[in-house]
Amino acid sequence: MIQIRDIHGGIHPPENKLQSLGEPIRPAGIPAQLILPLSQHIGAPAAPVVSVGDRVLKGQKIAEAKGFVSAPVHAPTSGTVVAIEPRVIPHPSGMSAPCIIINSDGQDEWVNHQGISDYTAVDKNTLISTIREAGIAGMGGAGFPSAVKLSGGQDKPIQTLILNGTECEPYITADDILMRERAGQIIAGAEILRHLIEPQETLIGIEDNKPEAIAAMRAAAEGTGIEIVSFPTKYPSGGEKQLIQILTGKEVPSGGLPSDVGIVCQNIGTAQAIYRAVNHGEPLISRVTTVTGNACGSPRNYEVLLGTPVQYLLDQSAFNASDCIRLIMGGPMMGYTLQDTAVPVVKTTNCILAPTVEELPPPPPAQACIRCGMCAEVCPVSLLPQQMYWFSRAQEHDKLEEHNLFDCIECGACSYACPSHIPLVQYYRASKAEIRQAQQDKIKAERSKERFEARQARIEREAAEKEAKRKARLEAAKARQAEAVKGDSKQDIIQAAIARSQAKKSGDADPAQAAIARAQAARNGTAVEETREEKQQRLEKLLASTTKRLAAAQEKLAQAEGNNDDNIAAFRTAVEKTSAKLAATQKELDELKSSTDGAAPTDDPAAAAIARAQAKRSGQAPAESEQEKTQRITAQIASTEKRLAAAQDKLATAKANGDDKADAFATAVTKTQEKLDALRAELAAITPTTATPATPVEDDPAAQAIARAMAARAESAGMSEREKAEKNIASLQARVEKTAAKLRAAQESGDDNAEILATSLDKMRDKLTAAEQALAALREEEN
Amino acid sequence: MIELISQHPFAAAVLALVSLGLVFGALLGFASVKFKTEGDPIADQVESLLPQTQCGQCGYPGCRPYAEAIANGDDINKCPPGGEATIAALADLLGVEAKPLDAVEESVPSVAYIREDECIGCTKCIQACPVDAILGSAKHMHTVIASECTGCDLCVEPCPVDCIEMRPIETTLQTWHWDKPAATEDIIASDRPSAKPSAAA
Repeated sequence: MIQIRDIHGGIHPPENKLQSLGEPIRPAGIPAQLILPLSQHIGAPAAPVVSVGDRVLKGQKIAEAKGFVSAPVHAPTSGTVVAIEPRVIPHPSGMSAPCIIINSDGQDEWVNHQGISDYTAVDKNTLISTIREAGIAGMGGAGFPSAVKLSGGQDKPIQTLILNGTECEPYITADDILMRERAGQIIAGAEILRHLIEPQETLIGIEDNKPEAIAAMRAAAEGTGIEIVSFPTKYPSGGEKQLIQILTGKEVPSGGLPSDVGIVCQNIGTAQAIYRAVNHGEPLISRVTTVTGNACGSPRNYEVLLGTPVQYLLDQSAFNASDCIRLIMGGPMMGYTLQDTAVPVVKTTNCILAPTVEELPPPPPAQACIRCGMCAEVCPVSLLPQQMYWFSRAQEHDKLEEHNLFDCIECGACSYACPSHIPLVQYYRASKAEIRQAQQDKIKAERSKERFEARQARIEREAAEKEAKRKARLEAAKARQAEAVKGDSKQDIIQAAIARSQAKKSGDADPAQAAIARAQAARNGTAVEETREEKQQRLEKLLASTTKRLAAAQEKLAQAEGNNDDNIAAFRTAVEKTSAKLAATQKELDELKSSTDGAAPTDDPAAAAIARAQAKRSGQAPAESEQEKTQRITAQIASTEKRLAAAQDKLATAKANGDDKADAFATAVTKTQEKLDALRAELAAITPTTATPATPVEDDPAAQAIARAMAARAESAGMSEREKAEKNIASLQARVEKTAAKLRAAQESGDDNAEILATSLDKMRDKLTAAEQALAALREEEN
Repeated sequence: MIELISQHPFAAAVLALVSLGLVFGALLGFASVKFKTEGDPIADQVESLLPQTQCGQCGYPGCRPYAEAIANGDDINKCPPGGEATIAALADLLGVEAKPLDAVEESVPSVAYIREDECIGCTKCIQACPVDAILGSAKHMHTVIASECTGCDLCVEPCPVDCIEMRPIETTLQTWHWDKPAATEDIIASDRPSAKPSAAA
């Protein structure tokens, strides 16, 4: 005979169990629609293996376990899967979760299934996987997958197997009636568990308020060595840790599991389900559920298919909705209110309680704590609920943890005993959630900090690298400058070198800046002349890169042709252009190479310029003939015009994009325009004097520049508004056409930029119209 | 010796005190060099209490700079993501009075969301994100790594097409929890309503 111990505290609420024990278990029948949540257990939700429209048979697996701590779901009857969607599930939050909805066909057709006739002959792992595949999860209320409990304890020897038939919570009689009616199946399930765990002793704990169940179980357990232990009724003896303490005197350590003290605990309903699964091959598709409370005309226990809506059960129990104050799933102590009667019965649903106002009045308003200590007296875990209440109110999480808040089993005994009606358990639940949240926030904050610091370090490193590169470039520029000083002390040449180095430094990334620098240099009258070596180097580099580009372009073209791409034409043009460029570069390079040092080739303007500059510097400027000069200036005008067009183009794009450099481009355009005008003026000055003898060429560039500037001013004054406007319109038209072409291309290829292009096209058209209007006005004026 | 002291009590006392002062001064000086603490321990402790959203709503470029500022005497009520809880913790740590939050309201925990079909791939939000929680490259769609997002909303402002919004973090079944009862229980017995509570209550 086992020695019974007592647990600390506990309460004796009215039992209210007799109402639902008058009738035997009755099958609830097959509702028209079953709602099966994918998560009816603790752990990862199951994953559906059927799809909408599939016909499923009774017992067919419809969702499989995902992960170790998980359980599959089976179809409770035959029918059609009509939806897999979120539905309101039985949960205190009243929130929705994914469910499989089955419309039953009423035929209740079983899938092929077969039990194991002699489980002792089967490998234990096979047996455990059978239990796992049957989707059995703790049926006492927590819903922990049973197979995990059975396979987890291999490393620790289990001395005691305990079956929990306590059912200490008021109103609930599902286990009681199961033990009365199906004691044999429970004992058979217990035998399977014994075979799996091989404990030294097997105990079934039942409270002494269930004498009929005890008698039935004793009769069934006769001669098996399983001991039926009855002990005094007290709430909450049915808690796993409390029952272990009552039956064995061992206490499960704080934060530990029963297996830490060599014990495995299972609910008797789970044992019966294991028997059905092993001996008959039937998965967990139904359970016994109590429907009770005074708002139910006929309280009783039902064998309910999982997924049956609560409303369906209430309809069978003469439920009076107007009397019912609130619908509770579970018992009055630990259950939660259901907001919706459409929620289904799940694996853990042991009771549906529909009380009247008189039966379960709403709690009176809470009053101040009088520090009576009743809560501490009734706490089954020997905590200090009153202290925890104060700490919870003051958000003192450290103190709460010091007072072992997480050992609270939320049984509600303290709230029940509190003379001030303080909802203590609610405080503890909320504080537990707060502490967990704070821990998660802490972890997240740590991770954010790490990421932030890593980012800062990366940014600093990049900045340092940039700085180092900048310094290196500056050094190189200085070295070049020193060389230039050595070679030639003329001030303008130094400046040209600086300009060049700066242009190069910033110009690597930005050709526009380089152009500006070049333009500035040109304005200063010290056009940056390349030496022959530099030019050759540059050309060779250009040649190499162009060759590479050509190869790449050809490859792309080949690929495009292979894929029969739309872009073939574009690629072909690109290849042609690149090869043309290549040829030009090659030619230039060849010419440079073939030209001798002494004789300046007449067809190479750069070399000619060099020769001229050198000659000028040595003070023996050869007097240019008028013809030569005209030619030179004409050539210059042509190239400047080209540059001007390019600069205007760039300015337009910059403006369209709202670029910062628009101002710089604008300055460049103005300057180029000025220069062009100056050149034209010079040409105009030369042309009429062709016949007269050559005037002595002024060898002072400053004086020349002044002269040019004056001429430019004169010419720009001479240029009519109308001419300007016409030119403007022409360029705008060209741009509009170009943009329209681009837009078409972008639209065809479904580019993201199409929209941007369209906007800029619209803008350009607006401009064009405005310009045309201006021109028309000018013409009218002239006329 | 004793005679000398008794003959010059004043000089002896001064001498004794001066020599004591020198000894302890040297001891303290040595200790301050030998046991010098690295870094700023108060700033470290303060930083560990800050929520690390790196949002800059306090006026400092990140949580660490604000922690240093607090250690140097700045107000502790400038952290909207931390809210009252952080202020209380900081007040507790520093032994100062908790002040009301220096912001309109506590910021709701939220996560940045990029409406991906509107994103033009400008990478501006990627550059703004203090914790590298936005993924993407130039001219390609960007997206937020929600689990790493601190909800600092620094990415919202730089977006040229306004395709980023801050969405409050939704409660899921996993994150749902019981609320604390409203603290209205401090009434006395005579406050109890005389009528019986109705069925609807």
